[in-house]
Amino acid sequence: MYQYITGVISLGLIYVIATVGLSVFTGYTGLFSLGHAAFFAIGAYTAAILTYFYGFNFYLALALGAAAGGLVGFLIGWPTLKAKLRTDYFAIATLGFGEAIRVLLENLPITQGARGLPGIRGETTLPVLVVAAALTIWLAWNLIHSRHGRASIAIREDFVAAEMMGVNVFMGRLRSLTFSAASAGLAGGLFAHYFCFIQPSMFTSYMSTQMTAAVVAGGMGSISGPVIATLIFIGIPEALRVANIWRLVAYGLLLVLIMIYRPQGLMGYRELSLDMIRGWYRRVLKGGKP
Amino acid sequence: MSPTMEGTLHSDHVLELRRVTKRFGGITACKDITFDLAKGRIMGLIGPNGAGKTTAFNLITGVYGVTEGSIALEGQAITGQRPDRIVRKGVARTFQNIRLFRNLSVLENVVIALDCHETYLLPASFLRLPSVRRREKALREEAMRFLEAVGLEDKAAARADSMPYGLQRKLEIARALALKPRLLLLDEPAAGMNPEESLDLARLVRKIHDDFKLTTLLIEHHMDVVMSLCERIFVMNFGEKLAEGTPEQIQQDPDVLKAYLGEGFKRAQHI
Repeated sequence: MYQYITGVISLGLIYVIATVGLSVFTGYTGLFSLGHAAFFAIGAYTAAILTYFYGFNFYLALALGAAAGGLVGFLIGWPTLKAKLRTDYFAIATLGFGEAIRVLLENLPITQGARGLPGIRGETTLPVLVVAAALTIWLAWNLIHSRHGRASIAIREDFVAAEMMGVNVFMGRLRSLTFSAASAGLAGGLFAHYFCFIQPSMFTSYMSTQMTAAVVAGGMGSISGPVIATLIFIGIPEALRVANIWRLVAYGLLLVLIMIYRPQGLMGYRELSLDMIRGWYRRVLKGGKP
Repeated sequence: MSPTMEGTLHSDHVLELRRVTKRFGGITACKDITFDLAKGRIMGLIGPNGAGKTTAFNLITGVYGVTEGSIALEGQAITGQRPDRIVRKGVARTFQNIRLFRNLSVLENVVIALDCHETYLLPASFLRLPSVRRREKALREEAMRFLEAVGLEDKAAARADSMPYGLQRKLEIARALALKPRLLLLDEPAAGMNPEESLDLARLVRKIHDDFKLTTLLIEHHMDVVMSLCERIFVMNFGEKLAEGTPEQIQQDPDVLKAYLGEGFKRAQHI
């Protein structure tokens, strides 16, 4: 049982790393991606190939996996963001990109195609995940609260007005995409060394959608919101494993309910704070009256 | 410079437009617009709705590229440059239909504008070095000074879109000032205001123009604001120049009276 719970928490933290990165891109810069599983996969394969075939140090492999994710994000962002695609068109472009990467992984010799890579060293432990998640959240938080992060937020709010504030819209979007892709890459590397096995069919558009859904349900312009949403989305299907096929229905229903009753997401434009928790506590004591 | 440039570039001209034309497909939004704006002046840009005034602003700020002609800022051509580059060279504007960063606080709106001249680098941002913290604190203090200039200092923490319309316009002006421009473009700053509010705004425009040593180009429909503020007025109609001159000349101009001000305007002035 203990092992099972740490397993769920580990998986949750892996996704937290990817979602926090995506939150910088979607929640703070206002662009949607349906292909972040690709960056996740690139990080996973880069790190796994380095430790599996070349005997690299685990941490170095993780860093290079994150760098590879970031680099690919940068390269795919350059033409698509330069073209100033509207947010919906950009999302479609990322969807195509995500599928293209998956097909590529299925056909490259080094990735061993659909068979995948079995027997990767299992070096991802819970402490490693906690440190990696804390580091990602810290970096994202610092970025958001700097002039670079404010430029992203300005782009999300109104990119024409942002340009009139001297913000380079293209660079701002590219910066956020690169950071989110690197975070996804880091999560991928941890994922590969946690499950000790990866294959292309793990990194489908379902995974991308799940990440974007966690950001939107958690709340745009928030870091704690998507973190909470990710943990709920990973936790609930696991908790409902006894309910078998109905758990995915419950997951879908939860998403629908959040969008109806809290379209701004759990924490739209806010962060979880002690004051907020105190406020809830008081409200509960007073019997639901604010 | 293109050979069609007329006249010479004067160093005391902050803004020079030379035969600027913008076509959207078959529609000519601006045609052969030529004018100079001397340093320290306030010029009015007036004309009926759809005359191409806001298009002219969009051309000067690089939001649209010009089809023909050239635009120079302080003697340097800025034609075809990206909007954010033009802003950094010293042009700031406000928008006719207010474009604040609505989900952010009043203070943050101004801080984003101040970021325009901030130089700390991305790695420093990621690590939140002490130098970044110091700069962030300084930026907030500086932003307060710009809010004070327009009288919004006690609204600093409010959400931008929670404020009444008139204050949102003032915030747009504060945000434009925080870019530390030399040329300020105001697009209908008094739109939707009653006569009293618009006179109050005219006083504010005059004050910031003097305090910040600006050169100002103003689009406005409130004629009392335009006539009291502007030393020169450029009148547009159907994308073309209709007249240019001092407020007195414009008020007497038969074409302007016919196309825009209306014959009643002249009579009203005599009462």
